Amino acid sequence: MKFLVCISNVPDTTTKITFTPDNKEFNKAGVQFVINPWDEYALTRAIELKEAQGSGTVTVLNVGEADTEPNIRKALAIGADDAIRVNAAPKDAYFVAQQIAAIAKEGAYDVILMGKESIDYNGFQVHGMVGEMLGIPTVAPAMKLDMSGTTATLEREIEGGKEIVEVAAPFVASCQQPMCEPRIPNMRGIMTARTKPLKVVEPVGEGARTSVAEYALPPKKQGVKLIPAESAGDLIKLLRNEAKVI
Amino acid sequence: MSVLVVVECDGGEVKKSSLEVASYGSQVAQMLGTTATAVAVGEATEANLAKLGEQGISKVLYDAEPRLKDFVNGAYTKLIAAAAEKESALVIVLANSNIGAAVGSRLSVRLQASLATNVVELPKNNGGSFTVKRGAFSGKAFADVVLSGDRKILAVKKNSIEALHEAGKTAQVESFSASLSDADFTDAPKQVVMQDQAGGVLLPEADRVVSGGRGMKGPENWHLIEELAQALGAATACSKPVSDVDWRPHHEHVGQTGITVSPNLYIACGISGAIQHLAGVNSSKVIVVINKDPEAPFFKAADYGIVGDVFEVLPKLTQAVKELN
Repeated sequence: MKFLVCISNVPDTTTKITFTPDNKEFNKAGVQFVINPWDEYALTRAIELKEAQGSGTVTVLNVGEADTEPNIRKALAIGADDAIRVNAAPKDAYFVAQQIAAIAKEGAYDVILMGKESIDYNGFQVHGMVGEMLGIPTVAPAMKLDMSGTTATLEREIEGGKEIVEVAAPFVASCQQPMCEPRIPNMRGIMTARTKPLKVVEPVGEGARTSVAEYALPPKKQGVKLIPAESAGDLIKLLRNEAKVI
Repeated sequence: MSVLVVVECDGGEVKKSSLEVASYGSQVAQMLGTTATAVAVGEATEANLAKLGEQGISKVLYDAEPRLKDFVNGAYTKLIAAAAEKESALVIVLANSNIGAAVGSRLSVRLQASLATNVVELPKNNGGSFTVKRGAFSGKAFADVVLSGDRKILAVKKNSIEALHEAGKTAQVESFSASLSDADFTDAPKQVVMQDQAGGVLLPEADRVVSGGRGMKGPENWHLIEELAQALGAATACSKPVSDVDWRPHHEHVGQTGITVSPNLYIACGISGAIQHLAGVNSSKVIVVINKDPEAPFFKAADYGIVGDVFEVLPKLTQAVKELN
């Protein structure tokens, strides 16, 4: 079974978000980038399934410029076998999906996994676009993934519950907790990752369909109104009469 | 040319988020000088679909095929694509739900449309370019996104648009078939398991949320959260550390890597307010923080706060709500 795991390079979850002075781009200065936390579920689960099957490969794919390579190496250290980097800034979900679909098709991958969404752009779009471009089923968002031969059993989250879905490979799934416990690299993994193959390819396709005109931060709160703990019940009156939310 | 709205139904009722989506769609239609048609998915009744007139919808298409009662990505995509072609829809509006995102992303490729998810405001027509505001960086920021091409798909974030209610207006309900075949049902569920909802309020749809953190000290104390939630008609939620240690299920985890909520009222009990948690809640209209540590960072993001012991404060709040009702 050939697994393709798509990872995104995102600001660490503790990052305070700021923008360039013209508000057109995210300000990367001083920001630590990590593997998108949702993608870590996809990566670890692919490695677990490969190990359980005793054969197969896990390929990591990232669409990004050369500065994403430390995180690609980290994914190799966690246990992926090889990696592909599409040498381009990820312009939008459609652009990224075209790159993934082209590589998935060329490499005839059986299972294409990625996180539910990236924590920076929060598109939650790439999985469906890739599935549609390849004409294969998508299961999104998946909370559980098991394989038996070429058949996968997944739990798909819907509002208020879940669906148990069975699909045959090839398919696309976008992953989220509690699918697995994401692994961290060990020393041996870090050593072997240095020599694992990382192929760089140039982008294909027709470009992006959306662009960001301007970023903005949420409006600041006016400041907190404190209510003494002894008269906590007064809060409820304020919520009704002043804030008018109950 | 028209606007097509995708309406999700459950147990015969139109979901609250879909009433917002319908209202959004009819306002977009008005801006474009056309009408809004809805296509309904899930289990619906004709009477409830006709009531979508109150949200400004003129016509509702509904396929009563029984296999469409549960979510099937392949079949829903084909059904909505067929409705979009029939109505020559230039703008398609869905909820930014799990279903909406799963279907919207496939549709965007099939219909060669540009797509924006997590949309929080009505579109702006800036000198001919179609721009929408959407949430980005997990609630830490917003982005104005320009959509290119003739056809656009928008997935609207819950609780960001006020639902319209024009009493007495009804929509015309038409039966509609997309000639679905077995091949469209490859991802049909073998089984559907619904959560047991305390008080019956679903977190993603909730107007009010009562949430607990590590300060609650253990799952055995959650009755205090549940009692206040029940009195307020609120859903319950939790912080990441709480779901990580299995005090509460994962689907209650609110934050950057959990779900993002934007209720009218969010009450945080014993949650310090790590930046990852704030990202998941900071689009809530009113935030109340109860914490015994006056230095808890959450107070900086709050509208109202009580510095005190949650075990003393929560019962007082529940009592006060009951007296008010």
